[in-house]
Amino acid sequence: MRRAPMLLRIMLRSATVRRGRTLITLMAIAVAAAVSTALLNLYVDMQVKLHREFRSYGANVVLSAKDGASLPPDAIATLDRELAGRGAALPVSYAAVRTPAGLPVVVAGVDMARARKLNTWWSVTEWPSLPNSVLIGARAAAALSPKGDPFDLVFDGRVLHVSIAGILQTGGPEDSRVYISQTDFASWTGLQPSVMEIAVAGSPEEINGFISRLAALFPSADVQPVRQIVEAEARVFDKTRSALLASVALIVVTAFLCVLATLTSTVLDRRKDFAVMKALGASQRMANLLFAGESAFLGAAGALLGYIAGIGVASLIGRINFQAGIEPRWSVFPAILMGSIALTLLTAVIPITMLNRIQPAVILKGE
Amino acid sequence: MFFRLVYQSFYRQRRSKLLAGMAIVFGVAVATAMIAVATDIGDKMNRELRAYGPNIVVYPREETLDVEIGGVNLKPVTSGAFLKESDLPKLKGIFWGHSIKDFAPFLSFKVNPALPDTASSAPSELSVELIGTYFSKTIHYSKETFITGVKNTYPWWNVEGAWPSDEPSADQPVDVLAGKQFADDHHLKSGAILRVGGRLLKLSGILSTGRAEDRAIIAPLALVQQIAHRPDAVRRLYVSALTKPEDALARRNPKTMSAVMYDRWYCSPYANSIAFQINEALPYAHAEQIRQVAQNEGSVLSRIMGLMWLVTMAALVAAVLAVSAAMMNTLMARRREIGLMKALGATRTLVAALFFAEGATLAVVGGGVGFALGILLAQRISLRIFGSSLHVEAALLPVVLLVSFLILLLGSAFALRRAVHLDPTVVLRGDV
Repeated sequence: MRRAPMLLRIMLRSATVRRGRTLITLMAIAVAAAVSTALLNLYVDMQVKLHREFRSYGANVVLSAKDGASLPPDAIATLDRELAGRGAALPVSYAAVRTPAGLPVVVAGVDMARARKLNTWWSVTEWPSLPNSVLIGARAAAALSPKGDPFDLVFDGRVLHVSIAGILQTGGPEDSRVYISQTDFASWTGLQPSVMEIAVAGSPEEINGFISRLAALFPSADVQPVRQIVEAEARVFDKTRSALLASVALIVVTAFLCVLATLTSTVLDRRKDFAVMKALGASQRMANLLFAGESAFLGAAGALLGYIAGIGVASLIGRINFQAGIEPRWSVFPAILMGSIALTLLTAVIPITMLNRIQPAVILKGE
Repeated sequence: MFFRLVYQSFYRQRRSKLLAGMAIVFGVAVATAMIAVATDIGDKMNRELRAYGPNIVVYPREETLDVEIGGVNLKPVTSGAFLKESDLPKLKGIFWGHSIKDFAPFLSFKVNPALPDTASSAPSELSVELIGTYFSKTIHYSKETFITGVKNTYPWWNVEGAWPSDEPSADQPVDVLAGKQFADDHHLKSGAILRVGGRLLKLSGILSTGRAEDRAIIAPLALVQQIAHRPDAVRRLYVSALTKPEDALARRNPKTMSAVMYDRWYCSPYANSIAFQINEALPYAHAEQIRQVAQNEGSVLSRIMGLMWLVTMAALVAAVLAVSAAMMNTLMARRREIGLMKALGATRTLVAALFFAEGATLAVVGGGVGFALGILLAQRISLRIFGSSLHVEAALLPVVLLVSFLILLLGSAFALRRAVHLDPTVVLRGDV
């Protein structure tokens, strides 16, 4: 039985002798596989990347102590552990104070470095670094210190003399407040943070899970999602994902359709080889096996090449659009490989069944 | 003779030409659809981003400082400057008036309502914020009418029950909303009646927002003006406008710009320039962007658009692939013919011209059908995902046609090259 080596030799020769044809077919499969790989990879990774992008909107969860109380002192350490790099938290303490002239104003104590990280949209002329220097909201500045001179604030009879480090502009309630560092605030008022603004990246389910974990960790406090941020994000995210999915599906279908067209005509082109083989006594099964084997082999090789190229393309797209590479997803590979082989087999089977109905003599006669 | 060759080629090889035509139709359709969707997605997403709420705030220029913590106003507001409600329709008259999608005015102050059935045990000094606003009010500006209010500006406001009407009648209890927290604290249900400042208020629904409104009563603006004896007064106005993401020009100070640059800035729908135009329309007011919403819009929008453009690139690659595969197939099927033609003395130019003529015919027919199909496809995607039809700009047509042409050219280049360089002896002997 020397059938198997013979079969391999025929396949090898047909691949090397008609090099142009083989290359074109391989190229078509590889490009289709590359485009599919890149887009599927992108589609999977985009969700994580976009959720992170949405965190520039700031806090989406607020943890607040019950009326009048403050949060436990280790709250921020607990939260940082719970977040584990997937977001940021900012403890804030508020007090309504007065100027010596009796004008009421809200003072907030924050950790400036954290505030800067969480509230990326704040427009700040300069962040304070010295003790008792403050970040003052644009409207508060106009009312309290129009010329930018140092001024006094009174809380419960205790006076704090502060200098202005920078002006803060947000267009929100922050514009009417004065922000000072947490340490200055605590030594002045004796108040501890009562609110924790938290930005956590993730899908709505992940955020809900996070909220219920927090509620268990801080039973004495209120944990609420910021519905404005959470609901809008879910909406925009869903639309983006659907648009991307529709596009990916469209492109993958196109790529595969054109591979289908190429391969079908390739096989039809070789009807003469097919007829010669049959005339020389090859069985139907043998001929089918040969064609199918060749196609499957091309499919696998094309898928492998395409997968490698596709990962490169996906990573490039990630770097261009998100300034972060996209991790190769091995879970995509089996799908691409199976898809390619299935497609190539399918494209081989259709023309073969067509050819099987025709007598070899008719083909060889050239009609 | 040349035309006969082209004609015969189409007539005799109907099936193979049909296959090639199909590939071209598909390639061009996908490219067209993707370009159309990608150019429109910025606009669509911009609308979706309005779910984040208003991006411009307007308040009286002479307003005193807010004293609020966590959305709760600590300082009762009874005096100070106000905006005029009757001036609000002017907003639609500014240069970018049509970019202003919605707005909601607010007027609020503290009231001491009398609770219904708990007359005996009612706390004597129950104090709650009464917020007046538009729910879904019809505004007339010149000949146009449009509907605006919190129902549109704050899509995350949830009402259990019915939204009240914006036009309170004079006598019967006036429909209002109660914040969820307030309602829970005092065991109020929809349909309960409160007495505030001599008026009877009926709770038509319970509002939950996750913010300070949960602890307030929300009523039609006109009613709050009556109770406060402040006709025509509005404390603050929130505007939701479709804006262009901020770029270097948007951040510049309009006062230091040259005339040309100023015009360009003024005529771009930046949040800043819209705020500037609102200031012009209401000179006693101060309008500015709400940076949390306005700033981030730009970054999210540019990411999404970048993503779609990159995917469009992939679509174009796939389209070139489809076309080149189709052209390659037609070439392979006709190797012999070309060999024969060359053996009979056809020059390379003639072979190229023949191929090109065939390709062009396929391109015009396939490309046209593909273009139409692509627009249809894009329309379907847009309707399905965004629920609104696609806006195809007229300027897009030549761009798409050019791109399709380039795709066809690129796709056939490889096949053309091979056809031209085919060696007649090798082909005719049948070795390839």
